[in-house]
Amino acid sequence: MIQQSHQTKTQHGHPASIDAASLRASVRDAFLKLAPRHIVKSPVMAIVLGGTLLAASITLAGAAPAGFGWAVTAILLVTVLFGNFAEAVAEARGRGQASSLRRARKDLVARRVDDVKGFRPGMRGNETQLPAADLRPGDHVVVSEGELIPADGEIVHGLATINESAVTGESAPVLREAGTDRSGVIGGTKVLSDEIVVRVTAEPGHSFLDRMIALVEGANRQKTPNEIALTMLLAAMTLTFLIVVATLSAIGAFVGVHVDPLLLIALLVCLIPTTIGGLLPAIGIAGMNRALSANVLAKSGKAVEVAGDVDVLLLDKTGTITHGDRQATAFHALTGINVEQLRDAALLSSLADPTPEGKSVVRLAREQGAAMQDPAHAHYIQFTAQTRMSGVDLDAGARLIRKGAGDTIERHVLALGGEVPAELKARVEQVARGGATPLVVSEGRYVLGVIELSDVVKHGVKDKFARLRAMGIKTVMITGDNPLTAAAIAAEAGVDDYIAEARPEDKLARIRSEQASGRLVAMVGDGTNDAPALAQADVGLAMNSGTQAAKEAGNMVDLDSDPTKLLAVVEVGKQQLITRGALTTFSLANDVSKYFAILPALFAAAIPSMAALNVMGLSSPKNAVLAALIFNALVIPALIPLALRGVRFKPASATVLLRRNMLLYGVGGVLLPFVAIKLVDLALDATIGT
Amino acid sequence: MIEALLVLALAIGLGWPLGRYLAAVMRGAPMRGDRLFDWIERPFYRLLGTDPRRGMSWRGYAKAFALSNLVVGGLVWGLFMTQAWLPLNPDAIPNLRWDTALHTMVSFLTNTNQQHYSGQAQLSYLSQMVGIVGLQMATPMMGLALVVATLRALMGGRQAMQHGSDPASTAGSEADVGNYWADVVRGGLRFLLPLCLLWSVLLTSQGVPSTLQGGPIATPVDASAGMTQQKLPLGPVAPMVAIKQLGTNGGGWYGPNSSVPLENPTPFSNLLETLALILIPVAVAFMVGPFTGRRKFTALVFGSMLLMSVLSTGTGIVLEGHTASAAAPLLMEGKEVRFGANASALWATLTTQTSNGSVNAMHDSLAPLTGLVTLGNMLVNAIWGGIGCGLQQFIVYLLLAVFLAGLMTGRTPELFGRKIEAREVRLLSLLILLQPLALLGFTALTLALPQFTDNSNPGFHGISQVFYEYTSAFANNGSGFEGLGDATYWWNLTCSLVLALGRYPALIVPLAVAASLARKRHAPEGPGSLHIETPTFALTTIAVIVILTLLQFMPVLVLGPVAEHLSLAAH
Repeated sequence: MIQQSHQTKTQHGHPASIDAASLRASVRDAFLKLAPRHIVKSPVMAIVLGGTLLAASITLAGAAPAGFGWAVTAILLVTVLFGNFAEAVAEARGRGQASSLRRARKDLVARRVDDVKGFRPGMRGNETQLPAADLRPGDHVVVSEGELIPADGEIVHGLATINESAVTGESAPVLREAGTDRSGVIGGTKVLSDEIVVRVTAEPGHSFLDRMIALVEGANRQKTPNEIALTMLLAAMTLTFLIVVATLSAIGAFVGVHVDPLLLIALLVCLIPTTIGGLLPAIGIAGMNRALSANVLAKSGKAVEVAGDVDVLLLDKTGTITHGDRQATAFHALTGINVEQLRDAALLSSLADPTPEGKSVVRLAREQGAAMQDPAHAHYIQFTAQTRMSGVDLDAGARLIRKGAGDTIERHVLALGGEVPAELKARVEQVARGGATPLVVSEGRYVLGVIELSDVVKHGVKDKFARLRAMGIKTVMITGDNPLTAAAIAAEAGVDDYIAEARPEDKLARIRSEQASGRLVAMVGDGTNDAPALAQADVGLAMNSGTQAAKEAGNMVDLDSDPTKLLAVVEVGKQQLITRGALTTFSLANDVSKYFAILPALFAAAIPSMAALNVMGLSSPKNAVLAALIFNALVIPALIPLALRGVRFKPASATVLLRRNMLLYGVGGVLLPFVAIKLVDLALDATIGT
Repeated sequence: MIEALLVLALAIGLGWPLGRYLAAVMRGAPMRGDRLFDWIERPFYRLLGTDPRRGMSWRGYAKAFALSNLVVGGLVWGLFMTQAWLPLNPDAIPNLRWDTALHTMVSFLTNTNQQHYSGQAQLSYLSQMVGIVGLQMATPMMGLALVVATLRALMGGRQAMQHGSDPASTAGSEADVGNYWADVVRGGLRFLLPLCLLWSVLLTSQGVPSTLQGGPIATPVDASAGMTQQKLPLGPVAPMVAIKQLGTNGGGWYGPNSSVPLENPTPFSNLLETLALILIPVAVAFMVGPFTGRRKFTALVFGSMLLMSVLSTGTGIVLEGHTASAAAPLLMEGKEVRFGANASALWATLTTQTSNGSVNAMHDSLAPLTGLVTLGNMLVNAIWGGIGCGLQQFIVYLLLAVFLAGLMTGRTPELFGRKIEAREVRLLSLLILLQPLALLGFTALTLALPQFTDNSNPGFHGISQVFYEYTSAFANNGSGFEGLGDATYWWNLTCSLVLALGRYPALIVPLAVAASLARKRHAPEGPGSLHIETPTFALTTIAVIVILTLLQFMPVLVLGPVAEHLSLAAH
């Protein structure tokens, strides 16, 4: 067994930081990406590369002054390299994350259990040691304290605390338990306590880690639909400028302007949207990476993009809005019944109840002074979906203690020939109205009283829902609680709507009806019965702690198992679109000033009065062209951090967002280059003269 | 300036009720006057073999549009080439040469009215009344029909527009965009024809000729020009002037158009004709709200157009009076002394904003920078724009602006709840490319091959002249820089092509885009979706229009009008 200590938290750390080694690798990759097979993917950059070659041949042929010719050629080449570099940096960050993941995966050894049925904890002997790579789905492996889990799977036996930091970067251990919605484990994570038997669910090479590595490396990144549409628009603009430049020499010749082909190439490269063209792939890769830094593993870039459009979010109450472990907080005895009597009955009925609710009843009863020990000859009744109550039969069936939902116990008592006091209904409603769950206790034919189970709303949940609302996303809580309880919790948590007494199929129906009216629906879930809903939803965010079925059905997995994480994903999705839109606007707005730099330079020799258009007062035609080209090239690396980090996003109405981004990137995009080109020109004038 | 404000105020005051009426006509719901108009319309529908209530898919609609244009175009082309042998030709005018006939037919079929001939001398009364006026009546309504169909598709089709129907239920199926024949017939008979009758009566009252007699022979008072007798060309001029002004047509009875006293005799007739330039385009902008049921949509369309119109008109008038050619003799070159600089510049800017193309001064002689404004108007072609075409082009800009603005608000771009994706962007890209390809391509060819093309002016003005001719053709405007010797094979044939390229894709592609959107899932507009009916978005749209036009055409505009201005200013 290989034991490794893992760096935690660092691998998904600061998105924009990058070390010297990966910087060198990115520079190398920028050159490698000059290969035609890669460059054709971006029509804009392909044109710049073509222009570079053309400029070089013109200079070689002696059709342009050598110094100026090579300067233009070099700047053009650097423009392409900057674009490639942006993509390489984004990929390098992904690779950094991938290699730390890979460390978690290698050389694991598994102990396969061949006879699961006969397995007992602590037992040794019927196991086979084999490399983890040889495990197949359906195999069972045993993992003990201090060992690494060899493959993805589900716990079929036992429970354990597990350190998942290798995958999630989160060092706090998590509890995983067989038979619950938190039974999934990931290969490469470490068992801290106890021993578990895991049924392997992933083919070798297709484990969670493998897929994650492939994704962050961007190996098979597909362009998202919006990226395809934008690429199309950029290609159309590029072709437009090609037409503009191609016709210019014929039109100019009519009035005696003979335009230098080198200058035409320079004009073309300045006009075509190189800024957004160079940064577009980086924005896409960075979006996936940012989702991963939020510890959300998206199965495709499209999933992240769609998240930005979500209109409705459906979430389970339990474990999401509330802590989920409903705790007994009070005993309400009916009139004529002693509170101690109720307390003891409740305690007896819960002694063998393994659920958190049952345990909390025992704890509350003990706190209130119940000293009863395990009775002899007790026959415990487990809760089943059919009976919907649990309890205990004592003294060979003479004492039948039951606890369960109000209507179940009513039927039970009536069936035994007892009566249900009218008071019960009021008590049950009173508890429910306060947002708690009432549990009714009966002994024999008599109803004793009500146990109040309270569910505590998680801290900070309300703020997150308010933020979602500010983004225009409606939240719907799904709960099995009765309508009164549901309404109380909904109000406390600040959700917009709720479905009470929901069955699993209700989730699916709600998603379908929201989709039918045109809304995009996100679903957060973890249980196996959530799987159909996760698959139906446009964005299905599965909890990493959840069952394998849920994780397979969703298109994202939250490694922290924090259901409000959807907020982060939505923000990443929106940021990604805003970044694309803002940089496209910026790129096109920049062209205005470049015209004012280059057109006077093109025409000045033949038409002296054109000097009036040189509003920036650039020092010479050559310097004007060089300054515009240098600005055009430098703006790409200057914007790489923005592309990787994403444009700042604050929830606000669409109009406010539009106004802010238009002012910043539209108006700013028109004005900034006037200043920047002038500054470059001053620098050129100072260093090489006019 | 007072006249500009008066025209604008009248256009808005009259355009508003006209727009509401037009919306009712185009919606096809029961309305007053149904009994009379149904009785008039029934024979048309029987002749066309169509049930006016039966809807069409966008393909069916576009096919009907194409078919109607082919048939009508063929007939009119034949008419022009055989007019000498047909009746109603008292002045014994010969047949038109085939290429001039072709260009004239295409030019009027595309609602452009670019004229490479002189009407009073080269067309018979029959050609003018049936060929020219017939097309002038029909083509504005064809443009209107296409934009109305596009609006229906944007709203999810006719079923979805009916009250109480769920817009989501139409997803996946082809939208019913209306009945092409019914749209053209209803618009023509219930809206355009009555308005034209009113305008012809008003113009006749001002002295515009309205007769079927041949022209009289007059003796000039001043015989110094060496002419002892002059034949005054008359005819049914008033109805034609009415429709050419109202229908964003522009092609006048006489060659010099509305600068001739016979077409435009009095200050009141000048006001009537200037108002008529923009009246229906303004009404179409007002139609949008009641037609689609989105009142604020009108505010967006009208507000954006009005802002652009005021800026362009104001700039044009100021530039004409205060730039390089504002000195005494130059200023009045090519202008009618009765109108002067301001009324001429007003007309020039309005006629290019509306794709009308009629003139009351020669654009060739405008100050170079005023020429730049008129060129800009036609390149944008959506400041009011031609009837239907202007709004259609505005929708193209709107879709582009929504694409950019949508991204900047962090959502996949959507218009009226339907997503704009790769397919729609591809179609829009086609339109973006087509304009510079046609205009710059032909301008470069013409300038590079003077031996074929006979352009008549050297220097910067020559560039402006050639570029103006193609821009005017592509924008379906029809006005010209009249110094151009344009009745040649080169001009007739290339302009015919550019005319068609500027008309058919610009009308059909947006319909295809809208229909493609209508097939998609409709999302209700929520608090997070982009609201297009806001000043912020209107300004964004205008910025998109200005930047796009500037980026595509700045070099040629600099070499043409700007260089001409700079060289004039330097003297």
